[in-house]
Amino acid sequence: MRDVAVIGVGANPKWGELWGRSLRDIFVEAALAAIDDAGVDHVDGMYVGCMSSGLFTGQEHIGSLLADYLGQRHLPATRVESACASGSAAVKAAFLEVASGHGDIVLAGGVEKMTDVSGAAATYALGTAADAEYECYHGATFPGLYAMIARAHMDRYGTTPEMLAQVAVKNHDNGALNPMAQYPFKLTVDQVLKSVMVADPLHILDCSPITDGAAAAILCPLETAKKLSKKLPIKVAGVGHATDTIQLAQREDMTWLESTAKAAERAFKMAGVKIKDVDLCEVHDCFTIAELVVIESLGLVKRGEGGKATLAGRTARDGDIPVNTSGGLKAKGHPVGATGVAQVMEVVKQLRGEAGSRQIKGAKRGLTQNMGGSGGSAVVHILEVA
Amino acid sequence: MPSAGYTREIPQRYRLEAAKCASCGRIYYPPRLVCAACGGREFDTVKLPDTGKVVTYTVIRVGPGDFAEEVPYALGIVEMEGGVRLMAQLVDVPLDGIKTGMPVRLEFRKIYEEGKAGIICYGHKAVPA
Amino acid sequence: MPGIVGWGCHMPRYRIKVEEIAKVWGADAQAYKKGLNVQEKSVPAPDTDTITLSVTAARRAVARAGVDPAQIGACYVGSESHPYAVKPSGTTVAEALGATPECRCADLEFACKAGTEAMTVALGLVDAGYVKYALGIGADTSQGAPGDALEYTASAGAAAFVMGADKLVAECEHTYSYMTDTADFWRREHQYYPQHAGRFTGEPAYFKHVLGCARGIMAKAGLKAGDFAYCVFHQPNGKFPAAVAKDLGFKPEQWEQGLLSPLLGNTYSGSSPMGLTALLDVAKPGDRILHVSYGSGAGSDGFVFRCTDRIREVQDLAPKTRELLEGERFYLEYGEYAKFRGKIIMNVKGA
Repeated sequence: MRDVAVIGVGANPKWGELWGRSLRDIFVEAALAAIDDAGVDHVDGMYVGCMSSGLFTGQEHIGSLLADYLGQRHLPATRVESACASGSAAVKAAFLEVASGHGDIVLAGGVEKMTDVSGAAATYALGTAADAEYECYHGATFPGLYAMIARAHMDRYGTTPEMLAQVAVKNHDNGALNPMAQYPFKLTVDQVLKSVMVADPLHILDCSPITDGAAAAILCPLETAKKLSKKLPIKVAGVGHATDTIQLAQREDMTWLESTAKAAERAFKMAGVKIKDVDLCEVHDCFTIAELVVIESLGLVKRGEGGKATLAGRTARDGDIPVNTSGGLKAKGHPVGATGVAQVMEVVKQLRGEAGSRQIKGAKRGLTQNMGGSGGSAVVHILEVA
Repeated sequence: MPSAGYTREIPQRYRLEAAKCASCGRIYYPPRLVCAACGGREFDTVKLPDTGKVVTYTVIRVGPGDFAEEVPYALGIVEMEGGVRLMAQLVDVPLDGIKTGMPVRLEFRKIYEEGKAGIICYGHKAVPA
Repeated sequence: MPGIVGWGCHMPRYRIKVEEIAKVWGADAQAYKKGLNVQEKSVPAPDTDTITLSVTAARRAVARAGVDPAQIGACYVGSESHPYAVKPSGTTVAEALGATPECRCADLEFACKAGTEAMTVALGLVDAGYVKYALGIGADTSQGAPGDALEYTASAGAAAFVMGADKLVAECEHTYSYMTDTADFWRREHQYYPQHAGRFTGEPAYFKHVLGCARGIMAKAGLKAGDFAYCVFHQPNGKFPAAVAKDLGFKPEQWEQGLLSPLLGNTYSGSSPMGLTALLDVAKPGDRILHVSYGSGAGSDGFVFRCTDRIREVQDLAPKTRELLEGERFYLEYGEYAKFRGKIIMNVKGA
């Protein structure tokens, strides 16, 4: 297997409720931005991470559709799906195509157009990442499932609503500096705790939003990266992937994300590093509780201490373990299939020194953690300056 | 939900039928074809007990389509006697009176209706034991 | 001789008081309470219907019967609020119990006496040797028209009986029925609420048929009021059943235990059957029970039951009716009650 580098990243200009832009528009904008960033003139293959263009826009077969709209007719292209981990699953697929030698310049994109349908239809579509027959059937929602994880975590470790709220506050601090963020404004803990309750104990401001958005990355063999692009090549040092039960009731331990832990373990093994060697992490804060459990499951902090660490400011930009400098899903937005790719984009920019006011000085290695549903799948990438 | 899918799930939903691995004894609800613990492919049908305790719960205040008018309602994970867990609404109890660990019993209830003209979907909810 | 092998009862935990209803419609609550001898009624939550009440009541009956549900060869649910107009309640009940597929079924309707008709059919199939055990269930989640007198009493509940020829807790010594075509209370297809003929529902309807049936079965059986430990009649309110009992020569200690309506309201097809379960909960071996129902339209079914030695063994195997009636309950305001009962006009769901 060849070593693989990321030589280009891009996104459509702004994430949010993009009433005037279609799925085709935003994906092509993101793809072109990545292609231009890399400075390549073609791609050999494409993977599109998208949870459900079918349920959100009535359109399947988007690998072919978007290859055509990108002006790359006859390009081998396909959609990749792993619920909210679709984006990073697309990155993994692109990685494998390049690493295996099957393709040289491969685009890993992600897109989700969520606002063409009603709120009820969007909730239904998102719900298909949970167990339709044994969770959604009984009236479960995603906030509800994560709220149950939160309750279990609070019962066992004494995690408080203030700790959850601090995750949102911290991520909004970062998102306020991110020009593409859906919600580029700060929040206070008080605002979070006073916002309407969605599923006890999660308030609306504990939850990531419904978003239209796209992101893309260009991957190529590390050995030819400097020939293909002027950009600092960022090596994909570790790729880890794991699944777990979809049903929350069938998890071994509800206060832990085993799929994330295993995916991270596999990524670290491949990269030959440990969590302490990572300078920043982009994690899947679909809900504030998710970030707390993820940083524990990644081994960034001890089990049960995610809340304490967040309150102490350790995961802030100026903390010792910065998490979600992009603003996370909470402030940046969560166009489901695009998220995993956007996480890669943020880490790449950080490692290149292009993160502007969000820059973590001297960042050499970063980690992305993207997960599907209530933890049914997880993909972890470790990226480092080559 | 479509009749075929609904009818197929009746043994699980109406009678709490689960599958017990013939090799290692692990019980799966709903039933499946391969044991995740030992890889076994032979199962016996067993019925879950109808008593258990609340493991975790939430109160849904923004509900999905078919449940939108029922908010707020409590939803939790219940561990039946014997260890098998399932998700069920928690009813007949004040929302601020629910506690992790409280004993519950499963009772047959209507889960939702497919609008005014579709089929009625039944299952179990948990009530204080 | 066929009879009851097991009995079970279920009712919702929600209630609404007469005062709460009267307040909204500008009525005199005290007059209603006194006139009807009803204080409050049960209210089904949106997740409760005739089928769900029947399933829980039937499971309790099976627990007391101590039989394998697969041996139940018939399941009859009598109600005037079957959830479907076409698709029987009985099939869902039979599936939930595990009595399918060898199980006869069809739903019954005869206003408030559909439940006792279900019991009669169940007894008949057993007696004829068609089935070993049969379920007869009376259940309702009846709707009361807002502002109407019947709104104070229309309530929800279910009683289920496993009938058989062995393991009896009560032998069915006699059955009888007294029926005429009398339009005292009815509901046309597609109408949401029933209509009734006011005071005509009293003497020429309820009393004529209940007394006609009671006198008929007592004559057939050669029994007098004093031969019974208990009696139970259809209970549209707390007044009518006491009046017929007195008329027939019964004393309060014979009918009080089975009179649930002052706290329960009128559970329609569940009414006298639930009263019967309250009696079976406390009856002693040898006790004779007179049970007479009433259904508008109109008719009354009568039974004479005689309890056996086995009854004592099973009384504690399921919750008792008065425990359910007087146990923990939640009181609703009229707005919540209207929401629960689907009386609020909702928007049609769009795209």
